[in-house]
Amino acid sequence: MITRRHFIYLLPAAAVAWDFVLAGTPEAAPNYTQTDHWWGMLIDISKCIGCGNCVRACSTENDVPEGYFRTWVERYHVDDWHMESPKVDSPKGGKEGFPPSSYTGGKNFFVPKMCNHCADSPCTQVCPVGATFETRDGVVLVDDTYCLGCRYCIQACPYGCRFLHPKKHTAEKCSLCYHRITKGLTTACCENCPTGARQLVDLKNPKDPAIEFLKTHSVQVLKPHLATGAKVLYNGLDGSVR
Amino acid sequence: MVGFVLFLVLRAHFVPRTFGQYGHYRGAAVGELSSKPVKFAGHQLCEGCHDDVLKVKSAGPHAHVNCEACHGPQAKHADDPGEFKPQLPDTAVLCARCHEANIAKPKGFPQVVSAEHSSGVACKTCHIPHNPKQMPGEKHS
Repeated sequence: MITRRHFIYLLPAAAVAWDFVLAGTPEAAPNYTQTDHWWGMLIDISKCIGCGNCVRACSTENDVPEGYFRTWVERYHVDDWHMESPKVDSPKGGKEGFPPSSYTGGKNFFVPKMCNHCADSPCTQVCPVGATFETRDGVVLVDDTYCLGCRYCIQACPYGCRFLHPKKHTAEKCSLCYHRITKGLTTACCENCPTGARQLVDLKNPKDPAIEFLKTHSVQVLKPHLATGAKVLYNGLDGSVR
Repeated sequence: MVGFVLFLVLRAHFVPRTFGQYGHYRGAAVGELSSKPVKFAGHQLCEGCHDDVLKVKSAGPHAHVNCEACHGPQAKHADDPGEFKPQLPDTAVLCARCHEANIAKPKGFPQVVSAEHSSGVACKTCHIPHNPKQMPGEKHS
């Protein structure tokens, strides 16, 4: 026999249990199990030709508003040993490619940039409502139906990868094409990179061809001193890149 | 007691049902984000029908360039090839995006100054885009 006192004790537990009952199954990709994957990206700077295909593909695939970028390409020029003061340009995020350079010497190269899908991401830590989060497969996402548009995450990202959507007024960023990778496809930027400079990597899958590359090459992340657990891994990253 | 019940009622009203299911976020958001439609079909789907093009492409330096990198998003075409016909890209513009000379490009990558090389003539006049090593009129191997 349950007394009135015991019934009150059970109420909070019942409320929590009922939440789980109502939750149902949220995954829209039936053959996809989040915990089987841990996503990152490999970017080989020595292969990037600055064509802007990745930027255009990302804009098209994700309806990125004009003038804003989820991914972009920077062109670096480093004079001899002046690593502390590289000259960087990125006209329209590199979306239309790059005009001929005015430099004739020094080091010149392209660096594609995007959200680093950090395992310890500063942006998710500052969100006051839990609208941005890390999924169990290592992707940092934004729930735009729940985002307040407070901009804390935009300020917190040390890589400048977020922006406020000009119409929705919610935070926006690279989703690592979550709607594609959960269906077994690669991201739009990787699919459209003509030289294979970008490769999606499943860091939990030992059969992923990029894993062998990672084992045998010296790769680096951007701003490693911040210990954000960045998962965009660069091959051939120059020390001048910020 | 009344306050506690009021808290539960308000909580049930304001906090989404799936919030906290996986962590400090709305669990249903994961499914919503992954259910968005794709626009780029992926080269595997293209190659299922266009195996003749794949054969030509595989023999040349564009073997690893995926179809939609040049032809644009084709998910609609893949869904209904009769209704949605892809337009042929203008090779004078398309090829230059990759092959226009720029000091920041990797040294081994084939580059030309298009104004000197072709003066605006479409690249496909002299090169077969799917396999630029072949000349137009040459039989596909």
